[in-house]
Amino acid sequence: MKTKVLAIDDSRTIRNLLAACLEEAGFEYHSAVDGREGVDLYPDVAPDVVITDINMPNLDGFGVIEELRGDGINSKVPILVLTTESSADLKARARSAGATGWITKPFDDDSLIFALKRVTGAVA
Amino acid sequence: MTGSILDTFFEECEELLEAMDAGLAAIEEGDQDPETVNAVFRAVHSIKGGAGAFGLDDLVAFAHNFETVFDDVRSNKLQLDEKLIQLLFRASDHLADLVTCARDGGEVDQAHHDVLISALGEYIDDEEEELVFEPMGVGAAFDPTPLAPLSEAKEASYDIRFHPLKEMFDTGNEPYFLFQALSDLGTLTVRLDDSELPGFDAMEDGESYLSWELTLVTSDSRSSIEAVFEFVEGLCELSISSEGEEEDDADALAALNAAFGLPPAEEESAVALPLELPVPEVADPPAVAETETETEVEAEVEVEMVPDVEPEKVTDKATGSKKDTAKSSGPKPTLRVELDRVDRLINAVGELIINHSMLAQQIANLDASDTRDVETELEGFKTLARDIQEGVMAIRAQPVKPLFQRMARIVREASAATGKTAKLVTIGETTEVDKTVIERLADPLTHILRNAVDHGIESPEARAAAGKEKGGEIRLTAAHRSGSVCIEVKDDGAGLNRKKIRQIAIDKGLIPENAELNDGEIDNLLFLPGFSTAKEISNLSGRGVGMDVVKNAVGALGGRVNISSTPGEGSVFSIILPLTLAVMDGMVVSVAGHTMVVPITAIVETMRGNDDMINNLGADGTLLSIRGSFIPICDVAGSLGLRSSSHNEPAGVYLLVETENGDRCALAVDDIHDQRQVVIKSLDGVCGNVPGVSAATILGDGKIAMILDPESIVTASSSAAVFDTDRRMNNAIAS
Repeated sequence: MKTKVLAIDDSRTIRNLLAACLEEAGFEYHSAVDGREGVDLYPDVAPDVVITDINMPNLDGFGVIEELRGDGINSKVPILVLTTESSADLKARARSAGATGWITKPFDDDSLIFALKRVTGAVA
Repeated sequence: MTGSILDTFFEECEELLEAMDAGLAAIEEGDQDPETVNAVFRAVHSIKGGAGAFGLDDLVAFAHNFETVFDDVRSNKLQLDEKLIQLLFRASDHLADLVTCARDGGEVDQAHHDVLISALGEYIDDEEEELVFEPMGVGAAFDPTPLAPLSEAKEASYDIRFHPLKEMFDTGNEPYFLFQALSDLGTLTVRLDDSELPGFDAMEDGESYLSWELTLVTSDSRSSIEAVFEFVEGLCELSISSEGEEEDDADALAALNAAFGLPPAEEESAVALPLELPVPEVADPPAVAETETETEVEAEVEVEMVPDVEPEKVTDKATGSKKDTAKSSGPKPTLRVELDRVDRLINAVGELIINHSMLAQQIANLDASDTRDVETELEGFKTLARDIQEGVMAIRAQPVKPLFQRMARIVREASAATGKTAKLVTIGETTEVDKTVIERLADPLTHILRNAVDHGIESPEARAAAGKEKGGEIRLTAAHRSGSVCIEVKDDGAGLNRKKIRQIAIDKGLIPENAELNDGEIDNLLFLPGFSTAKEISNLSGRGVGMDVVKNAVGALGGRVNISSTPGEGSVFSIILPLTLAVMDGMVVSVAGHTMVVPITAIVETMRGNDDMINNLGADGTLLSIRGSFIPICDVAGSLGLRSSSHNEPAGVYLLVETENGDRCALAVDDIHDQRQVVIKSLDGVCGNVPGVSAATILGDGKIAMILDPESIVTASSSAAVFDTDRRMNNAIAS
């Protein structure tokens, strides 16, 4: 069974890049255009891993992590944060909210797949 | 693939730039909503993020500066004042230029670029980290295969001791997967150390008791191993040691630093380590590396209990939640279609309409006794064709908002260049106009707006003297008006200086010295080729080109430009355009044996004339008397030069048309045949600009018919002069 990825990013460009890379690598790709939609879609998609941007309208990445890890959903799946900067502060915040790891933008396909591998074990 | 994503990026940039401009404009207006500021921030941020993915370094670097300043605004570290807002506007304009350059090639104005960078730099705290942008390959440590093989790929054996802290399981990290990733690097031996495991009774929920001792034989560098543990830094006790790896250490340190975005600086961080990190037995430099990286992953882990200590169970839970509910991803409210496809559809619809006309003609020519059934079906065909046409046109229609937003920039730049203060107010941004029209309107509108700032709006001193507010206002309005689109530029400046315009026209030999011109005619002198009121050619309102360029550009779109002006109060430039460029409703008439088409939108009323209605006026003027008022008659055949002597043919048909000024005129034609949709075929490149004719079409019988431009026929004919007489006469009658 394919590994299911839910990607949450308000940038169409980034979503397309993720889709292209992940689908080529054999992942099942799902996407949401902002944090709110991401959290709403989560139960239906039931992804194996979530990739989320930080700066988004409606609900930002920290909010996504908090809601997914919170009592309502209580998700245990790995959550990778997409960050533009490798800011220590940002990573610390994401981690304390429950993020599993991070992918630094701009990402290349190899590093994206490598990050997914480390948190899901899946190559596809 | 990448190409199409790059296209997406540029499309998205357009939208983001618009959002950014709109947000900045709102902020300038005093919008205090943090969400507005956030939206601008996100727009810049997204541009930067996307640009990074495609290696557009200039764009990334500039967006980063912009974003850094704006982030401080967002967090209230910086106060938005007039000066900063203006800088942000200029930065946003420049960002748009950078995007354009990245897309179309070309060079940005480097001097301007540097000025803005340093201006933004003044707002950036020196302490804020100076980001180093990494190329696509990100950090070496991020890559499972190191960038360059270190000193020959020789195999080394690494001893790794790994003990996850209980906090690690709160983040969804899973030792098993880490080991799996390690095993990709070489031969991995895993030994579980459960010596810490207490008896069942003493076991605490959520505590982490297990450790692993791993041996990895690999030709990869130490940094590759550390990369595997990147996400769990600080969430585990980790030691990696090997024999004879000293030579790698410097590289490993650098790679690790790169992976964590740290500058390769030596500075020791003073932050205390939150978690104990066992220093490898071999006292070597990586200890420093780990110290540094430790400080940044210093997450204050709020310990929430993980239900299970056993990693395997966590895995089970994770995999257990996998369901087969493969639902589609997020909703897609829009469909992006290549313009070519829409245009092909439009052409096909045009052909369909012509085809319908031909069919109708063929059926009319048939000998059959009863064609009623066929005609009914044909009527249905016509309705459907019209529906399709309207649908396709709606696809091409776009709101003028982006165009208007770009104009705000023009006004800003023009104001800055002239030292005047002018503000652009836009109204009717949601008005939808054909995409091509929008694209081709940009230049004429730019020209008019620059003119409005340059010549219309007075200097702040002059305005103050005239009792006006120091800052001028330019209103840009779009509205639908009976089948056409009206775009208006209204300034509150000094109005046209008619005396000066007249004098210039005389000096340039455009009109004779003794010419008698009314105000409207003087205003229209501006549109004459070669007319330019600027004493010196300013590079602002034009490079020696005048409003005639505007007139031609609008004319090419089938539209017209009008001016009206009140001294001391300002001027209004109106551009009137057809809704579509492809199809229109027309009345098919015959004029001196030719079949011609008059746009329905221009026609107010049609009537058959009789002797009683015709009044002669002067030597060759005629007036049509309708319901007590007199309307000048313009003979179409005469004004097109198809017939020399024209009037006194009362048997003709009159088409009452109304010009944009609200003036009426009766076009005399020989007969009306039909009213139908016609496909507009441009005459450009076939026979150029013919006065009185706007385009051509193909009729049902396959013949070509000219589409008339009533406005220009009226203006061109002598009736315009007659009309003034008529108005005076009407006024006299009225009083």
